Amino acid sequence: MTHPGEITRRQLIRRAGLTALIVGPGAGLLGGCATGGGDEPAAPVTSAAGSADPRNPFGVDARKPLKVTIFSGGYGDAYAKEIHEPLYKKEFPGAAVEHDATQQISTQLRPLFVSGDVPDVVNNSGPQALDLVALAEQGHLADLTALFDAPSIDDPARKVRDVVTPAVLDNAKIDGKDLVLNYTVSHRALWYNAKLFAAKGWTVPKTWAEFTALGDKAKAEGILLFAYPGQKGPYYQLWNVLYTAAKIGGNQAIIDIDNLVDGAWKSEPVKQAVAAWADIQARYGDKAYFGLDHTQTQVKQLQDKLLFYPVGSWIENEMAKDKPDGFEYAIAPIPDVTAADKMPYGAIQVGVGENFFVAARGKNPQGGLEYLRIMLSKDGARGFTEKTQNLTVVNGAAEGLDLPPGLRSAAKAQDAAGQNIITDARFEGWYKELFDYGTEQINVVMAGRITPDEFCSRMQAKADAIKKDGSVPKQTRGE
Amino acid sequence: MERWRTYGFVAGFLAVPIVLYTVFVISPYVQAFQISLTDWNGIAARPGYVGLDNFRRLLGDEVFWRALRNHGILLLVLPIATIVIALFFAFLLNLGGGARGPGMAGVRGSAFYRVVFFFPQVLAVAVVGVLFKAVYRPDESGVINGALVRLGADPVGWLIEPDLALWSIIAVMVWQAVGFYVVLFSAGMAAIPKDYFEAAALDGAGRARLFFSITLPLLRDTVQVGWVYLGIAAFDGFALIQVLAGDKGEPDGATTVLPIEIWKNAFSYSKVGYASAMGVALFFLTVTFAVLTLRTTRRERIDL
Repeated sequence: MTHPGEITRRQLIRRAGLTALIVGPGAGLLGGCATGGGDEPAAPVTSAAGSADPRNPFGVDARKPLKVTIFSGGYGDAYAKEIHEPLYKKEFPGAAVEHDATQQISTQLRPLFVSGDVPDVVNNSGPQALDLVALAEQGHLADLTALFDAPSIDDPARKVRDVVTPAVLDNAKIDGKDLVLNYTVSHRALWYNAKLFAAKGWTVPKTWAEFTALGDKAKAEGILLFAYPGQKGPYYQLWNVLYTAAKIGGNQAIIDIDNLVDGAWKSEPVKQAVAAWADIQARYGDKAYFGLDHTQTQVKQLQDKLLFYPVGSWIENEMAKDKPDGFEYAIAPIPDVTAADKMPYGAIQVGVGENFFVAARGKNPQGGLEYLRIMLSKDGARGFTEKTQNLTVVNGAAEGLDLPPGLRSAAKAQDAAGQNIITDARFEGWYKELFDYGTEQINVVMAGRITPDEFCSRMQAKADAIKKDGSVPKQTRGE
Repeated sequence: MERWRTYGFVAGFLAVPIVLYTVFVISPYVQAFQISLTDWNGIAARPGYVGLDNFRRLLGDEVFWRALRNHGILLLVLPIATIVIALFFAFLLNLGGGARGPGMAGVRGSAFYRVVFFFPQVLAVAVVGVLFKAVYRPDESGVINGALVRLGADPVGWLIEPDLALWSIIAVMVWQAVGFYVVLFSAGMAAIPKDYFEAAALDGAGRARLFFSITLPLLRDTVQVGWVYLGIAAFDGFALIQVLAGDKGEPDGATTVLPIEIWKNAFSYSKVGYASAMGVALFFLTVTFAVLTLRTTRRERIDL
């Protein structure tokens, strides 16, 4: 969830050069092309259930090498290099594991998908992640049904699908097939400094009136009630507004948006959520934050210059190095906006994230599935949590670990929320253009250059355009 | 036979660069033209041909026109501002001191200024971007805003006000470019024979008169080359805008340019075909500009 920094001109040139390299000298100028010629897609390996052995359910060839590509962003790549890959080697001592870490997944891997030399396991993440829908269309993603139906490593009597949080199975689907593994669990709402609140004797606001009252109190002490990064991180605020809409009108508000339902952006809950936050920005905000990026904003929070920051539970680990002793991250649910919010106070977003997939046309898809099965073992998951201070989708894997206070507060908030869990907005991955447009427009409406109604109309117009665009493959979700 | 030997010799030298140029420059260009006629998503093994659909879409794309408008502003402001400032500095450095000793001299300390002016040119664009991020930072920690706040003024959102952002970026581009053109024009001025100036000075011409009546006309070719370079630079701006404004040409797309849109469409939205169509449009814009500039400003050479 960190941003790998800007690309430089040099990198762009290198990328342009890559295109030429694929062509190779001597290739016909028009015939041989960056699109890789007209090879028929090889039959992808979709079913890998070749063995009844619960210790090797996919029939992995113990000598075949395995190629793993990890996005080394906020989680780093140590969890793969020092935990998961050694576990794989322990199981197959004869197999070499080739580890590759990058921050530019898309630019590095796309040419490989065109040429055919793909890694077996890919951690597809970051702002330059590959377009999974496009990959799925071409049959590049291995079906994970075999993985979910395989016996789990810790208890062969149970299937993998029974040891992970159910959201994994919902979010695995592209075009109705299980193709993506989401590995981490994160808790999103507002984050604040529990120690500051304790020192001032403030309590976390439960209603919008309490929220603004606290804003006045904080203002008197020169502290900002709320801010989000207008540079690079405005999507944090887009999430926040969408989750607020779900709190007001129930998860249907987000589900309709995801399904491109007519008028979904103009629904009353969405309008109310946008208006409520635009009002907070106008009355309690500071426009300077429109020009600050996520790190600068987060540092300001560490300096107690702002109270609430809309983000997810990875924040604690992300800022661990800069965090002063007087700061303790804790999660605060979004306050009640109206007296009749569909979801009661305490609702927070709990979502799965961090995509992994197995390349269907790689050299060792069986090994890839086995690698994911290892990641979903208790050892694999616990190791990840130890390395990254973030939770995984594996049930109970973090038991007995000494979790930092922010994560503990998130776990407590989840218990308190019970069934009132706000869903994730999946159009972020499905219709990136719509999501990007939203991250741009949220700055415009928060800065007061357009009204909340205009924001809703603009978003609706863009959603309608995407709906009409036949070249964009459509996805739908239930619930 | 003799002719063959000569041409063979020349061709031997040219073969390698021509092959490299073909493979790394010409062939990607040709492919971009080809891909612009498809709906390729960067991954599909077989892109589908859609004819001129991408170009038709381009004409109706509001963002494309916004990018073009920004290129227009850049094209007008960047060369004029840079050349005017660079000419002024070059004149001061070389001739501004008036007649001192034999021939003309620059103002006092011109050797020192020459080096200082060239500094920005040595910095990588990304470094300049990061540097000016700190300069333009919108709160009191910014270099400019820190001074403003101390003077009692409100901080200004240099890069976050849609009406201001593009101008802030143009200022950085000018700042970075001026040094190079000072050196370029200084070289041009050094080539002008000193007697012209001495003769004019004897006739009582002041510095302004020297500049407009002698320096400028005799520098015409150099200025024209600078104009073309700067015009082409106005069609780029990618790295600086990426770092300073953000990868969507923030705020509200007020600073977006075609390379930013190409990047976004190709690498974020996987619309490689559409992005290539933008690239083709950019190619024609750049070529048209260069040809037009060279044609319209062509004139009889003045022999020195």
